[in-house]
Amino acid sequence: MSRPELTHDVRIIDTTLRDGSHAMAHQFTESQVRDTVRALDRAGVEVIEVTHGDGLGGSSFNYGFSRTDEMQLIAAAREEAQQATIAVLLVPGIGTVEDLERARDAGAGMVRVATHCTEADVSPQHFAAARELGMETAGFLMMAHRTSPEDLAKQARIMVDAGCQAPYVTDSAGALLMDDARARFEALVAEVGDEAWVGYHGHQNMSFGVANSVIAQEVGVRYIDGSLCALGAGSGNSPTEVLAAVFDRLGVDTGLDVMGLLGAAEDVVRPYLSRWPKMDRNAIVQGWAGVYSSFLLHAERAATRYGVPAHEILTKVGELGYVGGQEDMIIDIAVGLAQERDLAATGAR
Amino acid sequence: MSPEKVPEKIIGAIVGPGNIGTDLLAKLKRSAVVDVAYVVGVVESDGLARARDAGVAASAEGVDWLLRQDPLPQIVFEATSAAAHLANAPRYAEAGIQAVDLTPAHLGPMVCPPVNLRAHIDAPNVSMITCGGQATIPMVHAVSRVTPVPYAEIVASVASRSAGPGTRANIDEFTHTTSEAVAEVGGADRGKAIIILNPVEPPMIMRDTVFCMIGAEADRGAIAASIHEMALAVQEYVPGYTLRAEPQFDEPRENWGGHARVTVLLEVKGNGDYLPPFAGNLDIMTAAAAQVGEQMALAKQGAFA
Repeated sequence: MSRPELTHDVRIIDTTLRDGSHAMAHQFTESQVRDTVRALDRAGVEVIEVTHGDGLGGSSFNYGFSRTDEMQLIAAAREEAQQATIAVLLVPGIGTVEDLERARDAGAGMVRVATHCTEADVSPQHFAAARELGMETAGFLMMAHRTSPEDLAKQARIMVDAGCQAPYVTDSAGALLMDDARARFEALVAEVGDEAWVGYHGHQNMSFGVANSVIAQEVGVRYIDGSLCALGAGSGNSPTEVLAAVFDRLGVDTGLDVMGLLGAAEDVVRPYLSRWPKMDRNAIVQGWAGVYSSFLLHAERAATRYGVPAHEILTKVGELGYVGGQEDMIIDIAVGLAQERDLAATGAR
Repeated sequence: MSPEKVPEKIIGAIVGPGNIGTDLLAKLKRSAVVDVAYVVGVVESDGLARARDAGVAASAEGVDWLLRQDPLPQIVFEATSAAAHLANAPRYAEAGIQAVDLTPAHLGPMVCPPVNLRAHIDAPNVSMITCGGQATIPMVHAVSRVTPVPYAEIVASVASRSAGPGTRANIDEFTHTTSEAVAEVGGADRGKAIIILNPVEPPMIMRDTVFCMIGAEADRGAIAASIHEMALAVQEYVPGYTLRAEPQFDEPRENWGGHARVTVLLEVKGNGDYLPPFAGNLDIMTAAAAQVGEQMALAKQGAFA
């Protein structure tokens, strides 16, 4: 499957309405989605991702129930977008081909299939389905810090051979330091760069999202993700409006209207933010300990429920090596920490 | 039968001598009621060699060979693939052999031993659902037998090394089948299933979490007691099946439709017969299949008459 032609030097993909769903606890309303899509579309964003934070089918006890059915949000986004393609996320093991068919029917033109960075071989089923449905494709190799650049490139190869047009270095934990990121970008570009575009999805937990995006562009990465106001899991994603401004200053053509995006962030997204993702203790611990960013709100909730510190929960998640999707283990850890605390209190008496 | 007379063992066969078939053989070797007399594959393999070492007649000539044996097995355990079982199942049925299907073919009723085995003990073909189903459906049932469950959701986390190529090529099959079984067998009105593969080293032991939506006024003491009782029932055939903590009850929430929630945190450690202990997901399949086979054998011996 050939990759699409690029219309600009890099293709900025906005995930405010997907990764941002985590920060919004999956409570997006249809009018918020319509307003955001309209603003992004006008500012020249070519691809706008709209899905539950954990992808199609993510509405659940484990990840949080959506306030509005994601198919309704996808259809609304499709109606508002004059130019942009609507993308959806699909995490095999959570979402299915059936969900993808429904999303396509609702108006999605692109799917990003996401697996843990060593498990790409669960994705060919979904890439094959996407091809049959005539959808554009990209592939997320999540928690990319958890494997070597060489192995990550091999996993990207599996995805590309299955029909992925753009495998991503997906830094789900915001854990990649600049050299780590560069090595992974270069490895993927070397492995699949002749057939596919390489992508980068960053998180700001250690504030490297934009810096790594600049490196990415320099070494040949062509799909770069952002979110308005950084709205995303953990301390959020590389802010789309900052990416637009930085690439403009670098003379890299993104096709984006910087002032339009600044307005979208300031006037459309900021008013509905229930929390503005920031680098607080819990989020920094996620980058530092290599923890999947969307665990943040779940850890905070478990902290309140069980009376144990969220950053201790998150540190433990890092030690135990849990991966994206294992939000249930946060409850397990919190219960365990609470038991330890109670035992210690008994012992002290 | 007279009390002093030990009934003859029921002859069984394992079709598919891979990791699952070999582990199943190790478990059934301990059985007092099932005698695995035959193991078959379609090519010479380590699995067939292991079966011969264990003193079992083994052949690479597949089901053709098996159906020429005298005596024929009365129970066959299918540990091949869905496609192979689709081809083989009618032949077992024609020969009057009961089939315990560990593949994703799902031709017969879905069976979870402590939940609904008795109802299907004479079924010509039963499906062992999925690993996540075997681990979690007992707990959905433990709740639903005490109080209505409008929705149940399960999350199965398994070590990457324990997820084979078949599972990986069709992970949607796990999601669909398990979701359906959580409702149909577990007794929830609606079911949802999620599976996560984790590559951490050393490999993680299988973990499962069961979330059940329950009424705000549901009897929590009765639910917890039922969950503990069910854990003991599963431990009879999966000794490493444990509750990691007491059932966790969460108060009703608006976005749960005003329902409360009970969460069951499980660990499934394998018996380490042939498969490594972390692969609880595979162990619970073979252990449940062995349990089904033994109960079927007891029924054939007239134990439940």
